[in-house]
Amino acid sequence: MSVNEYKPSLTRGLWALTVRELKKWLKDPMMLLMFVLQPLIWMGLLGKSMNISALFTSVNLTNLIIPNITIPGSFANPPVDGVIVIPGTLLSQSLQEMFSGIGSKVMQNTFGITDYFSYMAVGMVSMIVMTTTMFSGMSIVWDRRLGFLSKVISTPVPRAAIIFSKVLNSTLRAIFQATVILALGYILGLQVSSTFTLLNLLGIYAAVFLLSVGLSSIFLALSIRSTRMERPMQVVNLIMMPLMFASNIFFPTAMMPGWIQAIARVNPLTYLTDAIRQLTILPLDTSTLIMDFTYLSVFAALLAAIGIMLSWRYLTK
Amino acid sequence: MSKDVIKTEGLTKVFNKNLTAVDHVTFSVKEGEIFGFLGPNGAGKTTTINMLITVLRPTEGRASVLGYDIAKQANEVRRVIGVVPQEYTADEDLTGYENIILCADLYGVPREIAKKRALELLELVELTEFKDKRVETYSGGMRRRLELACGLINRPKVLFLDEPTLGLDVQTRTATWDYIRHLRREYGITLFMTTHYLEEADALCDRIAIIDHGKIIVTGSPSELKDSLGGDIITIAIKENVDVTDIIRSVENVKEVKNENGAYLIKTEAGEVTTPLIIEALRKKGYTVAKLSLTEPTLNEVYLEYTGKAMRNTEESKEAFRAQRITLRRARGG
Repeated sequence: MSVNEYKPSLTRGLWALTVRELKKWLKDPMMLLMFVLQPLIWMGLLGKSMNISALFTSVNLTNLIIPNITIPGSFANPPVDGVIVIPGTLLSQSLQEMFSGIGSKVMQNTFGITDYFSYMAVGMVSMIVMTTTMFSGMSIVWDRRLGFLSKVISTPVPRAAIIFSKVLNSTLRAIFQATVILALGYILGLQVSSTFTLLNLLGIYAAVFLLSVGLSSIFLALSIRSTRMERPMQVVNLIMMPLMFASNIFFPTAMMPGWIQAIARVNPLTYLTDAIRQLTILPLDTSTLIMDFTYLSVFAALLAAIGIMLSWRYLTK
Repeated sequence: MSKDVIKTEGLTKVFNKNLTAVDHVTFSVKEGEIFGFLGPNGAGKTTTINMLITVLRPTEGRASVLGYDIAKQANEVRRVIGVVPQEYTADEDLTGYENIILCADLYGVPREIAKKRALELLELVELTEFKDKRVETYSGGMRRRLELACGLINRPKVLFLDEPTLGLDVQTRTATWDYIRHLRREYGITLFMTTHYLEEADALCDRIAIIDHGKIIVTGSPSELKDSLGGDIITIAIKENVDVTDIIRSVENVKEVKNENGAYLIKTEAGEVTTPLIIEALRKKGYTVAKLSLTEPTLNEVYLEYTGKAMRNTEESKEAFRAQRITLRRARGG
């Protein structure tokens, strides 16, 4: 009995399994459409409806009634007799004139840019990257229920190929989504800073990659043990909201109460969002960017290590 | 003397520390043979197969496939076996051809060989016409054939088939049997299969092991097992209303006589020899035979004899079976 000499390889197995996932994805036009529509809806509705910049336009001050202000003459320099009366209408008028200027200063100091849509659109990238990654990590539940996983396990393909193909697939989808959102955002009026180059785009992909690897690894480990979709879904539902709002996706964390800030400080989405903002709409601050990437790298390395180890243990038990 | 291709020794699997699915099972499968595990659903057949194909780790005991230990040399085992699982595991969103190529990639079959072989296998299972159609459009029989083709992509020495005709109609089932026989004839593959269909075990297997509640009750070829029941059963009735039990009992080779409302059930070896002798004996005493039949025991009787009950779930509906399978899978810890 001679044994056949086929050599199952990690790269070929990884490639085959990843291509399988991508094919599944591409062969479903409805799914693809949803993938484009979903960020479009989020961005269009949230970004355009929460038009914070529009708060600071003079129109919002049209009915401002300021009473006349009377100041004793002795306060003036040099002092005069009697009182000085400043007409309220005059004040109201000059306030209206100054308001949009003050507004953009407030916006600038709060968000780093004057345009809230751009700020939000970038936040959307983080949000979509998070949901895509978490959900696609869960596809292994289906693989298991339909018996595909046990078939793959019964082949000599390296176990690492099975795990990495899931992580890689999540990451590729996340990068695709990030590209779509940025492109749509640009069309809808995202204002890219003057420092933006194609190299920045690679930086964005690197940041998205790091978050995806970390999140999908941990969700894979969580899902690989579940026979039903409900369990990982519950976890996603539980952590999605806090991750989304206890971060700088919609609003700067500086204005949040201390305990939310504490969550935001460890929330990887905060760092991803900031990194992408640095690379797109803000004038690049290298030291902040380095800190963002350091945190994301540590996060990715830690979660990927835990996730891959747990999945590995499951597959080889 | 042919070699043992599969060998197990006290193979045991306990789930959740209290559910013994497979209980100290010992058997061996010889090269080139079709060996069947026959038993009702939940008897431990799939669990045994899953241990042999290295998907599950045994709790206790040992097993080897082609000399490779399933626990210590799992990777070597995986390379030389083919697996046709109970479920339809092909990816529904891919075409039949893409599915086979995916399997080839997982086994590391060189690309050029894989492409050629995929087409050959599709031809073998008569799916050439549908190779570029998505699997979701396939019928149950087509899917089963595709699984078979996938399981053969690495030219395995041993092929494991878990309930290969489950849920198929009679026609498709017979066709599947033909493929299986063809494989053995053409490639000399050793086949290990599980089934809960008695006819299937009888028609296909060289040897079978009857398994129930995780234990092997008896092993042997279908004819050996049938013979072990003590041969054939003759049913006789006479015109006269007289008890002739003693006359029949005195005939040579007759082992047991039972009078059931005037019909005599006679257990005997070599029924074709004994029957004329009984007729002769009755005729001598002046009795006339009114009815006569000779039946060879089927696996059904074998099963009844060894397990003390009729085969469970033989004609169970698909839905009921699926429900049970899901329950089982949960019990197995997925």
